[in-house]
Amino acid sequence: MKRKFWQNIMATLSLLPAWAVLLVAYTGSMIWSIQISFTSSRALPSNNFVGFDQYRRLFSTSRWLVSLENLVIFGVLFVVICLVLGFLLAVALDQRIRFENGFRTIFLYPHAMSFIVTGLIWQWMMNPTLGIQKSVRDLGWESFAFDWIGSRDLAIYALVVAGVWQAAGLVMVLMLAGLRGVDAELWKATRVDGIPAWRVYISIVLPLIKPMIVTSVVLLGIGVVKSYDLVVALTGGGPGMASELPGKFVMDYLFERQNIALAQAASTVMLITVLAVLVPWLYMQYFRKSGRSPT
Amino acid sequence: MKHFLKAALAGVVIFAGAGVALAQEGPKAEVIHWWTSGGESAAVKTFAESYSKAGGVWVDAAIAGGDNARAAAVNRMIGGNPPAAVQFNIGKQFDDLVDKGMLRNLDDVAVANKWKETLPKPVLDAITRNGHIYAAPINIHGQNWMWYSKGAFEKAGIANPPKSFDELFADLDKLKAAGVVPLALNGQVRHMALIFNSLLVSRGGHDLYIKVYKDHDEKAVNSPEFKKVVEEFGKFRGYVDAGYSSRLWNDATSMLIKNTAGVQFMGDWAKGEFNLAQKAQGKDYGCVVGPGTQNYIIGGDVFIFPKSNDAKQTAAQDLLAKTLLTPEALIAFNLKKGSIPSRTDVDMKAFDQCAQDAAAYIKNPANQLPDYGLVMPPDVVGSIQDLIGEYFTDPKFTPDDFVERFADAISAAG
Repeated sequence: MKRKFWQNIMATLSLLPAWAVLLVAYTGSMIWSIQISFTSSRALPSNNFVGFDQYRRLFSTSRWLVSLENLVIFGVLFVVICLVLGFLLAVALDQRIRFENGFRTIFLYPHAMSFIVTGLIWQWMMNPTLGIQKSVRDLGWESFAFDWIGSRDLAIYALVVAGVWQAAGLVMVLMLAGLRGVDAELWKATRVDGIPAWRVYISIVLPLIKPMIVTSVVLLGIGVVKSYDLVVALTGGGPGMASELPGKFVMDYLFERQNIALAQAASTVMLITVLAVLVPWLYMQYFRKSGRSPT
Repeated sequence: MKHFLKAALAGVVIFAGAGVALAQEGPKAEVIHWWTSGGESAAVKTFAESYSKAGGVWVDAAIAGGDNARAAAVNRMIGGNPPAAVQFNIGKQFDDLVDKGMLRNLDDVAVANKWKETLPKPVLDAITRNGHIYAAPINIHGQNWMWYSKGAFEKAGIANPPKSFDELFADLDKLKAAGVVPLALNGQVRHMALIFNSLLVSRGGHDLYIKVYKDHDEKAVNSPEFKKVVEEFGKFRGYVDAGYSSRLWNDATSMLIKNTAGVQFMGDWAKGEFNLAQKAQGKDYGCVVGPGTQNYIIGGDVFIFPKSNDAKQTAAQDLLAKTLLTPEALIAFNLKKGSIPSRTDVDMKAFDQCAQDAAAYIKNPANQLPDYGLVMPPDVVGSIQDLIGEYFTDPKFTPDDFVERFADAISAAG
């Protein structure tokens, strides 16, 4: 009994530094950031409070509105395409094909590259005067056009293409691990029943690998919210501001444009958006669990 | 052999020791700046040499990227271990530091060295807060230059550089007909804004520019003259190639170097690219202010000097501020940097023709215009650049909408 008490004390003590870091570094700076968003700070923090002025200015800034809209387009397409593509790749690899290791490496390899490198490579490929468009035209197909990054309407989809290329491999590996975890007996049983393979994947395997899907969605979602480097390297937010994302807005106003209050207002809005998505999900995960029977 | 090595090592140690001892004799100034490219670091090296000639020791702290360098410097100032001097862009960038009392006032050095008599007024205004001087301006980067490729002009049969925007548009048509990219542009909105500002000065004139950017006068923004500038700016959309949006400014300059493009609007830092490619001014490429004006939009760099309780640091700062603005130091630095000296009393004969022209123009106060970064805070400048970029890239954007949103944007400058 006494021993257990001491063990608990030791555990608490050793966790204290982590708690301190969590409280001071994370929560503390989060609160400070939110506080700054209510001031008139420019290059340096000040304590001159101006209420919701920065938020008013933020939502009358067309660049911010464009960024938000782009975040939704980019986020939805990026997550959905990555999931579908990753799952299909995983299923393909799960057919016990030859050179599986080789394919796995090839598909996962883009993920080892930073978004800066990814962005730069795709920028060159999609540049109409250097890349794919020029090569195809040089081959004789004169009317061929692939100038997404130069087009106001399509630049945001160029970001999706590059992002998917980079992240789909990771989803594939996660899903593949899930597929390999499916009991072989189950497959045998479905074969005995004569159920077609695609039906098994959709109705039986997908629900079984739900944890992998959730993990993928969380990882991809984090990637979407913090996406900054990809835009900077691929389109620079352009043409004009057609492919701006909120992360870049915050960084620009924090440093180059020296308005940290506006930048913090923007990041606070981002935080609230993320919480608005996360809280219901956490609620579903943790609070409804008690009423559910174990599977 | 072993003995020899030992002796050699000992020698090195003693030598290095002596070096350190020597170095500690003069006032030591650690300087944070972001001049890291080839030409830039060659330029800043001349300052280090001038400073050591004056008896000081320059400790170089180059940090790539202006944002990073400034952030590092400000962090050190807040942390109580400030460097002796920090590079900033001239203008509103260091307003907050002055307000917080973090910068030294340089009135004594300025009076002793006649800064007030020799600096152009926009520069003097930009370094003065509440009647005191807080920064040492070392160069003037002209913002409204137009560069042209002689080779491309030859291909298109253009004999002389344009003297006005009317002539320029005619030339752009000829370049287009000759199969050359008429306007070498890059995707950064700040550089699209250079074209807009050049046009505003050449077409709208000195007074309109001042009213719009310095006085934030909404009436001037709503005037027919301003709208005409906006409409004319839209015409440039027809003269760029498909790949501009992901290009960087120096890649655009190299289109002029390779004679695949006709003209580029860029500040005089573009000269560095021509020099690097060993192109001769007047033979391979040429320069025009405007075109069609002698008004010179003045930007540039300054050093600020953080307050310090250390008497040694203060002495080093005094010597540094004085040395940087001597004509010799300014000439050596600006020759390498591509800019012109901030003082108007410097002998320009060592400089190239473009620089000599610019220096001659700004001798007349009526030709001196402040860059918008000198008269508006960085976030307002940023939103104007965003707007100009959006307008340029979207042909459906009407001039009336532009005028309305422009007036909105400058009203935030207060």
